[in-house]
Amino acid sequence: MSTETVDPTTPAGHDAHDQHDAHDENHGWSDGKYIQLAVILAVITGLEVYASYADWLGPAFIPSLIIMMVVKFVAVVLFFMHLKFDNKIFSWLFYSGLLLAIGVYVAFLVTFQFFNR
Amino acid sequence: MADTAVLADAHADHGDAHGAHYSTTGLSNNKLAMWLFLGSECLLFGGLISTYMLYRGRHSENLGPDQLWDIPFTSASSFVLLMSSLTMVLAVSAAHRRNLRNAKIWLSVTATLGALFVAGQVYEFTTFYREGLGFTTSLFSSSFYTLTGFHGVHVTVGIIMLLSLVAMLSKQRVHGDKAESVEMVGLYWHFVDVVWILIFTLVYLIPA
Repeated sequence: MSTETVDPTTPAGHDAHDQHDAHDENHGWSDGKYIQLAVILAVITGLEVYASYADWLGPAFIPSLIIMMVVKFVAVVLFFMHLKFDNKIFSWLFYSGLLLAIGVYVAFLVTFQFFNR
Repeated sequence: MADTAVLADAHADHGDAHGAHYSTTGLSNNKLAMWLFLGSECLLFGGLISTYMLYRGRHSENLGPDQLWDIPFTSASSFVLLMSSLTMVLAVSAAHRRNLRNAKIWLSVTATLGALFVAGQVYEFTTFYREGLGFTTSLFSSSFYTLTGFHGVHVTVGIIMLLSLVAMLSKQRVHGDKAESVEMVGLYWHFVDVVWILIFTLVYLIPA
């Protein structure tokens, strides 16, 4: 492990600063794209509400609602929270908590189902 | 390895210039801590949602979700919270462009939309209580009020954070990277929104 520091006046120092500045400047999408995504999310919310009143969906009712929920969740996390554009370490931190929560949820329900028999 | 150290040192120097601090990975300590916090919040809400899913059928015949839920009203609340995520991301975008005036406007709009959502939740809770659904009425009511109440508290804390940030930006009390401060509050706010996306579908739209 090197302990040398970068002189900001050297080319190497400039490169490092430029990388960080580029990160600051290009943080995700343009405002127009965020508005487009918000409109799509609003439409999906409308479809969810419509699906909750539609009897003709039958057995596809709950899976369709779950799919729309997951699409909205992933879209907000990836684009509004910038996880798609950010360092993968942030993704790992969040997804590990999320997967652990899903694991606890599944284990919890299965355990109660088992002991309720 | 040496390159990584050089880049990390450069980030550290750059971070000092902005007032922010960067770890040896070159990433902001504040951002790492926020994502770790949000990961742990997944466990909190995972537990609350799973408890509700387990007990949602434990209620008397006339005080269950089918009799109480007002889907059009809750849908409007959900739409308001979803739009607050848009205004929040526009605030972050403005802050990254160093346009603090617009950032403060969008932060204020976000706080207003959040307050509208909380007002809707208070109205909903009051209506349910008047119809006879108290906190200890049934396992369903306890788990419902705990889950949605915890979420409401999170939204309220978010509103306080947003208004505090607007006040601090106005009085130039935010030291260091202002865009990062706005982004941190934004991450918290979006998390509150994604939790509501789950609650709206699992609690309100999917029948017990």
